[in-house]
Amino acid sequence: MALDRIQACFSACQTDNRAALGIFISAGDPDLTTSTELLLGLPDASADFVELGMPFSDPMADGPVIQAASLRAIKAGITMDKVLDMASQFRAKHADVPLILMGYFNPIYIYGVERFLNAATAAGVDGLIMVDLPPEEDNELCVQATDKGLAFIRLVTPTTDAKRIPVVVEKASGFIYYVSITGITGSGRASADSIASAMAHIRNFTDLPTVVGFGIKHPDHVRAAGAHADGVVVGSAVVSVIADNLSDDGIAAPDTVEKAFAVIRELNTGTPRI
Amino acid sequence: MNEQLANSLRNQPDEHGKFGIHGGRFVAETLMPLILQVETAWKESKSDPDFAAEMEYYRKHYIGRPSPLFFAKRLTEYFGGAKLYMKRDELNHTGAHKINNVLGQALLAKRMGKTKIIAETGAGQHGVASATACALFGMECEVFMGAEDVERQKPNVERMRLLGAKVHPVTSGAGTLKDAMNEALRYWVTNAETHFYIIGTAAGPHPYPAMVRDFQSIIGIEAKAQLHEAEGRLPDAIVACIGGGSNALGLFHPFLDDKDVAIYGVEAAGHGIETGEHAASLNGGKPGILHGNRTYLLQDDDGQIKDAYSISAGLDYPGIGPEHSWLHEIGRVNYVSATDQEALEYFALCSRLEGIIPALEPAHAIAFIATMIGDMDKDQIVVMNMCGRGDKDLGAVLPILEKQGKL
Repeated sequence: MALDRIQACFSACQTDNRAALGIFISAGDPDLTTSTELLLGLPDASADFVELGMPFSDPMADGPVIQAASLRAIKAGITMDKVLDMASQFRAKHADVPLILMGYFNPIYIYGVERFLNAATAAGVDGLIMVDLPPEEDNELCVQATDKGLAFIRLVTPTTDAKRIPVVVEKASGFIYYVSITGITGSGRASADSIASAMAHIRNFTDLPTVVGFGIKHPDHVRAAGAHADGVVVGSAVVSVIADNLSDDGIAAPDTVEKAFAVIRELNTGTPRI
Repeated sequence: MNEQLANSLRNQPDEHGKFGIHGGRFVAETLMPLILQVETAWKESKSDPDFAAEMEYYRKHYIGRPSPLFFAKRLTEYFGGAKLYMKRDELNHTGAHKINNVLGQALLAKRMGKTKIIAETGAGQHGVASATACALFGMECEVFMGAEDVERQKPNVERMRLLGAKVHPVTSGAGTLKDAMNEALRYWVTNAETHFYIIGTAAGPHPYPAMVRDFQSIIGIEAKAQLHEAEGRLPDAIVACIGGGSNALGLFHPFLDDKDVAIYGVEAAGHGIETGEHAASLNGGKPGILHGNRTYLLQDDDGQIKDAYSISAGLDYPGIGPEHSWLHEIGRVNYVSATDQEALEYFALCSRLEGIIPALEPAHAIAFIATMIGDMDKDQIVVMNMCGRGDKDLGAVLPILEKQGKL
């Protein structure tokens, strides 16, 4: 069961007294083969859970790094079926590692909500993070996904005030994703103090694990944020490795995946909780 | 549907911001609290007589409203059918209908205590209107404009700079209006607490589609009263061009319940809908979610948004306001199209016959009118919205007309 897998992951990390490390990559970036190799190797490179981005042409909450990754993947021919196939391969290889799909609603809407949920469940996906589906649009996907046993992971941001947090966490499941900056992915950086107070605040409203993401790039960011959170997500810093190792005609260098794994291993040095 | 809605087509959207299945609030959580604040402030402003008085003052003394309703006698004679009237919104300060909406939103921003404004722009008309209102009210203005459009619409870029706005050329994607809107939204996500986003068309998350429509409805309200004074009756048909569709909704909305008035929205067919190079979301797209709302979009089978194409930078957008999508589905408005070439022909003809240089956008509306008005009776009446003036388009249009031997 999807929710059990997520819960077990956070419990195990808690037992180790460290924050779980989540890694985001864009499915199909820069090509299906490289991206699949990267995805399948993430757990061995010390990722505790994985967020697989479903590329969209107009990612309005993403910074330049993930925008470019999405466009590379679309240009290389990624489709929803291929994303779901990557998910199946991941689940076949890693029975226990949580796999979350993250993205924007339109590609799912066009694929068909029920068809998507059936395929995602069959592929062994554990949860969804939908950037452009706030609680006000719960009837579009959240309710149906929850009925299928998928976690519907909610974003809480610095602009989500005390009055709104209960609305946001009400139908949330799996974990709460705290967007640590008022901004797009890969930009800025929040202070450890602001993360600590936000985590404490959110925990007044929910017992779900809380995970911090957006603007977390370096091992010291991971340590600082992980000291106060149940998990930390890194995306742009890993996706940048792909961008930095492309030839002029967009082909990934042979050692791209190994370089990405090296960056991830450095990130996960075991973050002691405070 | 409850009884009130059944009786009127003018009570949309519902409390969730939906027009049928269209509209809604598909935005990142960072923006949700802001959008709810905008909605609250907008609702309060609607019942505040001081706000209404302030709007009225600036409409009259700054924009120059009411804009005239002009009987286009020579075009009427040329077409040889119904009488053609033009609602002269190209005579507004800044040369287009955009200022009607910008003024309303700028006053709302002021009321909310915001002094920094974000705007996206395609042809530059909304950017110029926003820069203008910001100069008027002493606000900072950041305009996002596709790099391609910055090149196509140089004079408007220079106007914005002169007015004190900062123009950000957007290079992501195809560098047109869609990309400018993405970047404006990203900037807003990053500066959510301090900035107000003035959306230029009747699209985006609720309450923007309804709010922009309401600020633009002055066009139709005036036109109705003016035609009544001139002819003592309603028009038989009203026509407006559509990109996002704010000028069209402004004209259409006050007429939606007048069942005998035929309504036509003219989309940009670019090189022709069959070529795939067009901006006709209703005639060539399907429903999807982009920029905060569900509406008809140009997209591929995987739900990736396609780039729109039109010679007119103001119509070059792969979506359309959600209320149009609803009006299309219920069949109240007929959505038709005109190509680049057709628009160019009537751009020239209107200039020669009426001494009015239309923007390329309303030239699409005239091009459609040319296909139907000749078959109407001479005592019938068509009203079109002349929503912008064509000075901005001379650089793009004149070389083509010259090459085609039409100058």
